[in-house]
Amino acid sequence: MKKLLTGNSAISLGVMLCRAEVISAYPITPQTTIVEELSEIVADGRLKARFIRVESEHSALACVAAASAAGARVFTATSSHGLAYMHEMLHWTSGTRLPVVMVNANRAIGSPWNIWCDHSDSLSQRDTGWIQLYCQSAQEALDTVIQAFKIAEEVLLPVMVLEDGFFLSHTSDVVDVPEQKAVDSFLPPFKPRFKLSPEEPHTFNIMADPSMFINFKHDAQQAMNQAKKVIGRVDREFKTHFGRGYGYTGNVRLTDADVVLLTMGTAASTALEVVDAFRKQGKKVGLCRLRMFRPFPSEEVGRVLGKAKKVAVLDRDNSLGAGGIVAQELKAALYGAVQKPRIFEFIAGLGGRDITPQDIGEIFNYTKSHSSPNGAPIWMGIKK
Amino acid sequence: MNGIEPQAKELLDEYLHSGHGACPGCAMPVVLRTVFHALGGKTIAAITAGCFGTISGTYPASPIKIPAYNTPFPSAGAAGSGIRAALDAKGDTETTVVAVAGDGGTFDIGIQAISGAAERNDDYIFICYDNEAYMNTGIQRSSATPWGAWTTTTPPSELKAQPKKDIVQIMAAHHAPYVATASVAYPDDFVRKIRKAKETRGFKFIYTFSPCPVGWRFPSEMSIRLARLAVQTKIFPLYEVEDGERYTLSVEPEGIPVSEYLRPQGRFNFLREGDRERIQENVDREWERLMRRMNA
Repeated sequence: MKKLLTGNSAISLGVMLCRAEVISAYPITPQTTIVEELSEIVADGRLKARFIRVESEHSALACVAAASAAGARVFTATSSHGLAYMHEMLHWTSGTRLPVVMVNANRAIGSPWNIWCDHSDSLSQRDTGWIQLYCQSAQEALDTVIQAFKIAEEVLLPVMVLEDGFFLSHTSDVVDVPEQKAVDSFLPPFKPRFKLSPEEPHTFNIMADPSMFINFKHDAQQAMNQAKKVIGRVDREFKTHFGRGYGYTGNVRLTDADVVLLTMGTAASTALEVVDAFRKQGKKVGLCRLRMFRPFPSEEVGRVLGKAKKVAVLDRDNSLGAGGIVAQELKAALYGAVQKPRIFEFIAGLGGRDITPQDIGEIFNYTKSHSSPNGAPIWMGIKK
Repeated sequence: MNGIEPQAKELLDEYLHSGHGACPGCAMPVVLRTVFHALGGKTIAAITAGCFGTISGTYPASPIKIPAYNTPFPSAGAAGSGIRAALDAKGDTETTVVAVAGDGGTFDIGIQAISGAAERNDDYIFICYDNEAYMNTGIQRSSATPWGAWTTTTPPSELKAQPKKDIVQIMAAHHAPYVATASVAYPDDFVRKIRKAKETRGFKFIYTFSPCPVGWRFPSEMSIRLARLAVQTKIFPLYEVEDGERYTLSVEPEGIPVSEYLRPQGRFNFLREGDRERIQENVDREWERLMRRMNA
């Protein structure tokens, strides 16, 4: 059924359709309306679940992780400082190999205080062992929540679904909400091989000494390698069931493009308009939207960007002393490629600054008119 | 003995086996054995970082025969709630959930999550084993360390200068249905309280005293004797608080002078003249305060 929904509302309905059994979350802007809507959905009986109204984000993730270990399908959501406060539990959850699904509404991290969108919160957590899928629309956010449970429960790694704060979380769009029956046939109930059960007692997260610890980490890496294949397969299955698929990347007019813009999240929607406008003027530009950041699709990105002469990376984040995080990841991914495009780095949209069509036009024009990058990322819109 | 029916002798099933790594004379494994004895096999435990998390086996061997889930230091309170919620969601109302933490994981880094669980009145039992300092990292002061005690972060020239936090009052102030203190020196009373907690719906807080030979500097064979002395000197009174207001004394102490309790412990070797009298005065004052609550 088609409905006009915000990103947060679409996500809440997605969680309901997935029949999550334990939900725990702590409100933080711009994720808050997910907590509110799921509270109502549970309270009025549309979803038979336990909703635990915890006193912090650390407890929210500790709570759902433990519930997951006890065999329940679980969900939590957060943003920004909340995600940072979960940091220890993020490592712990992936280390325990628990299929927790979380939505993070991307928001800058202070100081100074800021409640608006950028990607520095989730990219700061890139090494915590979570799968990260970045969405561009409310429809994609709902669909990705459904995919996320299926992926997580197969590979036993947690999945973080990312949506741009406000740009996606609070903006209404037409969303095709799947039927419950269709979701049930796509996503069977969660039946873990091991769980906390008096019938078969196990100790979870026991001490692993130096002779064994590295094996656990190697096993998790194998699972992450497998996750890449599973994410692709689940997306194809989803397309068969629901008629929509997203891939690792969203590629627009790449085959003959001289300059390709690579970015994540809603900035891709703005970039799409600019690509169309430039193409009308005969300029060969293209767009690659990175949807899957962890695991990083190195080979696939190498393949789709291999023919481009230049790639402009638009990072909505910055690692002080290193530069845009997506750009660094891309450079590392392409290091071994035979054909390597020159990579131009741009930092824009931090703390919710609009990334306008003019900004993206400037990025294309700069990249087109310079033979090579000058070494440092270019910061867009700095006031003199 | 104080009119308490003996209950411990009939408890034969073992859920915490040998092979754990606790120091000789540590009272904490006795605390946990008693808890598991009293609860039986249909129990799931959340364990936080601390002595118990550290001593409970190294992969692939575990001495714990009930399902157990280790969770980071601040999160025992939240993990207990999560496990309970998962069991409820699955329709399992029979299995008991316990969360276990030391004084660090209860009084200090863990208090936020415990306060949250207590305020929500989540249906599980929280067990605190208080050894009065961060013993797992090597005897650093906590807010449970008593006034005048030596630790590695309160050296002789700067002994612990604050009294112990009153965790029982804090938990009782949450209107928890059942809060009780328990001691390994009084196993019948201990078992009765654990069983009462099991039968009570909502949040239960059992506060246990856990003498530590290494950190308190006393011979390892004295643990149970010190635990008994703590009760008999009124330093660790045994009592219950129901619904945050109904206080009941479990064991009438003889009122032995606190110096008897302090003397065998090396951590009190640096007390100055008059300090022992000051400790006695504080203990007497706290006891009077407790008696006023009993009679309120």
